[in-house]
Parts: sequence; C-alpha cells; structure tokens
Amino acid sequence: MGTLLIRGGRIIDPSQGIDRVDDLLVRDGVVASIGRAAGPTDESFDASGMIVSPGLVDMHVHLREPGREEDETIETGTRAALAGGFTSVACIPNTEPPIDTQAAVGFIHQKAARADTCNVFVVGCVSRDRAGRELADIGGLFEAGAVAFSDDGAPVYDAELMRRALEYCRMFDVPILAHEEVLELTRGGVIHEGLVSLALGLGGMPAAAEEIMIGRDIALAACTGGRLHVMHVSTAGGVAQVREAKARGIRVTAEACPHHFTLTDEALRGFDSNCKMSPPLRTAADVEAIIAGLADGTIDCIATDHAPHAREKKMLELDRAPFGILGLETAIGLAVTRLVAPGRIDWPRLIDALSTAPARILGVPRGTLRPGAVADITVIDPDTNWQVDVSAFRSKSVNSPFQGWMLRGRAVATIVAGRVKFRR
Amino acid sequence: MTDGSPPAWEHRHLLDLERLSAAEIGLLLDTAARLKEATNGCRTKLSALAGRTVVNLFFENSTRTRTSFALAARRLGADVVDFSTSASSLAKGESFIDTARNLEAMGIDAVVVRHASPGTPHLLARHLDVGVINAGDGPHEHPTQGLLDIFSIRERRGSLAGCTVGLVGDIAHSRTARSNLHGLLKLGARVILCGPPTLVSPRWQELGAEVSHDLDAIIPRCDVLNLLRIQFERQNTRPFPSVREYASLYAMTGERLRRARPDLLILAPGPINRGVEMTADVADCPQSVILDQVTNGLAVRMGVLWLTCGARPAATVAGGQG
Repeated sequence: MGTLLIRGGRIIDPSQGIDRVDDLLVRDGVVASIGRAAGPTDESFDASGMIVSPGLVDMHVHLREPGREEDETIETGTRAALAGGFTSVACIPNTEPPIDTQAAVGFIHQKAARADTCNVFVVGCVSRDRAGRELADIGGLFEAGAVAFSDDGAPVYDAELMRRALEYCRMFDVPILAHEEVLELTRGGVIHEGLVSLALGLGGMPAAAEEIMIGRDIALAACTGGRLHVMHVSTAGGVAQVREAKARGIRVTAEACPHHFTLTDEALRGFDSNCKMSPPLRTAADVEAIIAGLADGTIDCIATDHAPHAREKKMLELDRAPFGILGLETAIGLAVTRLVAPGRIDWPRLIDALSTAPARILGVPRGTLRPGAVADITVIDPDTNWQVDVSAFRSKSVNSPFQGWMLRGRAVATIVAGRVKFRR
Repeated sequence: MTDGSPPAWEHRHLLDLERLSAAEIGLLLDTAARLKEATNGCRTKLSALAGRTVVNLFFENSTRTRTSFALAARRLGADVVDFSTSASSLAKGESFIDTARNLEAMGIDAVVVRHASPGTPHLLARHLDVGVINAGDGPHEHPTQGLLDIFSIRERRGSLAGCTVGLVGDIAHSRTARSNLHGLLKLGARVILCGPPTLVSPRWQELGAEVSHDLDAIIPRCDVLNLLRIQFERQNTRPFPSVREYASLYAMTGERLRRARPDLLILAPGPINRGVEMTADVADCPQSVILDQVTNGLAVRMGVLWLTCGARPAATVAGGQG
C-alpha cells in the first residue's frame, strides 16, 4: 500500500495527550510515526492550518438497511459519514427485520464491505425481534461482531429484562445503549412539553419521561455492575443524574446529539417536521446543561442519532411525521460553531468526544493515532465557513433543520486504513 | 365600501391570531362590523367576491363552522366548493398537501382548512399560492372563532380594554381558548383561564394570562365568561375523575350566575354539552350571547374572506403571514 505523509497539521490525539503541529506518517494502512519525517513517500498531503485527528466515530447512526432503503442504505449512509469526517459508525439495529441474528450481523458486514467506505460496527438488539420480551442471542451476536446492544427507537421497557441484559453483558464487557423514555408520559407527544407545546396545542413529551428512565437504568447499572450508556441525553435533569452516578462510581457513560446542544423547542414555532425528533428539542436551560456536561466530561461523547426519512414521509402534518433528523454531515460544523468557537470546549476535548471516547465506549481499536494503530484519520479545516446545502448531502434523505445555516469547521479529508476515502 | 377594494391588509393568509398585531385584529373586527351593517345583519348579499372560488377543505367533522364559512362566501358573491374527506383521495393514500395542490390547480382563490393536526394551515400556506384561512387546526388555533367571540364582546361593551374575560373549561385541548387568549390580550383585556390543573397549566401565566382553579372565586370579577367544551375526543386519558365531579366544580349554573355581576356576558363556542359546561337555564338566560355569536361568526368570516381574497390585483399578491 505504501506510505502517506500528512505534513504540518495540528495533530490532536487525546489518547496520547498529543496536541502539536507535526507530521504524521502512515505506512501500509497503519500509523507509522508522529514526528518530522525524512525521505520520500508515495503520497503526501499538506495539512498546514488543519487539524489532524484520529478518525471520528459516530456511535449512533441509523443506516436503515435492511428494510427502509428508501430512506438510506449502508452505502449512502456511510458515504455521508465520510463526507462528515467519520471513519467509523455504529449502526443501530432498529431495521426491518431488526439485527438480532448472526446472519443479520453478517449481512451488514457484507454490505459494508461491498460499499468499501468507512468502518461499520454493528449494534445488536437487546431483545429478540426488538420486542422487549426476552433477550436476543447476545452471545451469538457478540461472536458475530456486535460491539454493543440496544433496542433504540424504543426503551427496554421491562425493568427485569433490562436488569438481565446489563448483567448478562458483563460477560462480554459490552455496553447497553439505552433510549430513555417512559412511554406513558409521551403518548401522543410531538415536541417537548413546555411553553411552546402549550402555545401550539401540540402533545408534549415532558423532561420527566427521560429523567425517570435514566434514574431507573442507573439504579439497575448500580445493582448489576453492568455497563450503561445513556443515548441522546436531552435534559438538564438527565445530565445531573449521569454526573452523580459517575461520582458514585457506577459504570455509566452518555452521549449528546448536536441538535440538542444547538436548537430549542422554539424552533418548532414554524411547525417544521425537520425539527421533530425523539427525544425532542428542549429548552435553553437544557441546552446549557448539555454543553456544560460535554465540557466537564459528564457527557462522554457526541453522537448524531443520524435518522434519515424520505422526503415524502416528513412532508406530513407535524404530529404524523416520523421522529428523527440527519446528523452525519453537519456534526463537525455544529460542534465547532456551537462549542469550540464560543470557547465552551477546546479542540482536544472535542476530538475526544468525537473519536477517542466513543471508540473506548464501544471497545473498538479506533480513536487513536498511536503507532501501529489502524490509520483512520480525519483532517479538519477548523476555520472554514460554509453553508449547509442539503441537496449536496451524500445521504439519501434531506431531513435536516440546518438547511441554509452558516457553519464553521468541516472535514477536508477522511482517511480509512490509510486510504483517502473522501477529499474536499 | 363594499364596492371597491378592501382596506389595506398585508397578509394573504389568516393562520392564527398569535402573530397578528392589535391593529390588524382591530381592522378585521371593524371590517366585520361594516359588513354586518351593509348586509342588514348578514342577511343580504353583496358582490365583492363575485367570480371568486372559495374551497372549504375540511379534514375534520364540522357542521357549524363549515356552513358559516360557506354562507359567508356566498353572501359576498363567491362560489363555494365543499371538499369532503370521505369522498376524497385521502382514503387512497394521497397526502393532504397533494390534495390541496390538486384543488389549487383547478383555479381557486382561497382555501378554508380545518384539520386535526396543529400547524396544518401553516404547512399548506408554504405549499400553496392561494390564500389559506385556518378554520381550526387541532388544539392550536381557531382564529375566526376567537375573532367572533371578541366581536360579540366588543359589540355589547364597546371596547375590550380593561374588560375581564374568564375562559372556563378544557383550556389544554381548546383552539378557541388559544385564539381568544391572544386576541383578548392584544386588545387590552384581562384573561383568566379557569379549570382543573390537569386542563389549565400554570405555564399560561408566562403568556400573560391569569390562571385559576376556582370558578366560584373568579365569577364576581368577570365581565365575560366563555364556557369551553370538554374535548373528550382529544384527550388521551380522562383529566378528571368523572363528568359529575367536573360539572360540580366548573359547570356554570343558575346559582353561580346569581353571584356574578348583573351585566355578565355568557359566551360559548358550541356545540355545548348541557349539564357539563353549563346548565340549560344558563344557556338560555338573558346574559347569554350564544346566538349572537352565530350571526357574528358570519360577519367575521365575511370580513376575513374579503380581506384575504378580495379585490386585489394578482401582482400585489406577495408575502404572507408566518
């Protein structure tokens, strides 16, 4: 495969505590060295003014295949990932059929290999058929390559089943990725329950619906010693619970989505179904708590909850349109614009949240530029200002509320195992 | 006045009262008043909208509002098409936006839309080039109902400023409550929302309303009581233990009426559940303006139709509310 030299970029690798301008040499698909390189190379890349990061990892992506290829496929979704700077995604198993068999895991791996884009790590179902009644074949799924387990799209409703899942997964040291929602409290809900839902006459989803379930699952993690990962935390109360659980030594991690640190429920005033997702956009105080949680490490990582829906599905009455928005191609821009540019977090923390931390949570050998590691690398232009244009997205869908937004920061090269897979 | 162009109105749609100014609401009310007078109490016909076609696009059952809009359009000389959902393509899976676009392609001038989903008129307004009038979008707003309630109060009292209006009942699920609230507050009235805490959130105070859970306490302070229907069909779960308990706390009765100011006005948007929101003696008492509301509904809808799709050259059709 030969050598690739990335010259003169600001190399940030939280896994080694590196943050300096230097050269990075890749040989035969693995990181060879960081430091001034001498001698000729097959390929070289001028990264001056750029940030050179371990490849970004999005641990919460809905690729929709199999079953809903009209929204996204493994190929289009992973192309969107590359364009967004992600070298790895973890795909959530709420497909049709759900990923609850070894054959289904094999299908994803095969499709991903054929697409030849970024790494696709498979999340398996917690429960058979994602029905919430009995455990899926977690051991078999793990053997087939599943890196975590989740019934996302819905919570694991039966507390005893959740307890057993947390307990059982200790055997493989893999996390349960939990969608936290008390369904009785969100029935008929469309947006966050607050002043906006009241004024618009829309069904509300109270913060308590998330907080109660986070509380339950933290208690179950404490009593089992299992690994709980709280997906898309959206409430100030949820952030506080995770912070307190970590202080008590409970094995809990958490992620936040870019839209939850960017928008509030005020964005729903125009009844735009591209602002509808679950958990919903909350209040300014919740946004502030999420940013603070990302800054102090309570929230370990940023994940997009990339949820494509074909245009005709979103072009419906707000209460009938499905939940979910795109995330992959706007994640860096929103994180830089909302978090780094205003000085809320620094670059090393952002790279940690987008790469090193999610790789660690999933237990995958990524998120590092240590010599010998697979050369997954993202080169980011931290200062470029660009306008979001959904028609240029690689995703098959266009359901983004950020159409037309000016954002700062964007991936300019995405390198997977030493090969430049995307170049802007 | 009805021979020429309507007064200056900057919106092509009427989607809600929340985003209208006091002056714009005043213009709507004044126009309705003048039309009511010019038509001898909405009984005679004008030709202001001759040659125009108004479509009643009702995705939710309605008899009174649909009839009122149809009659209002005809009183102004417009043609009216009633679009019925049962006979529509919706049963075949066509989206409501496609349905509306098809109707638009037939050369219509305005769409009066009722739908169970909040924001549907706003969505249509983004996709259609003709005027869109909201005839009720779920629990969100029902601007012409709000206007006709306010019109009826103003007709009796002259002005809304300083007037105390109690809205009683199922505030949570009531589009009438929301339109009344916005309109009344903008015109300087004091608004008290009254009902059990499961139907009246304290958050309404952030919008400038007073919130009470004690009907008996507010009755002596009110100049107007607007008794809203319990929207059983919109409730996921019963927000009170029984209708009997609700009625004992919040039904307007003859006995409660005796503790009110003698000049209290009683409004109800209807249809009313006699015995739930009010007893029969209250519905038919001299303070009741319930039947005035029906006539005034015609006047208000004539005003709205005239302003939104009246004599206006196509070239000036631009912008829009929202």
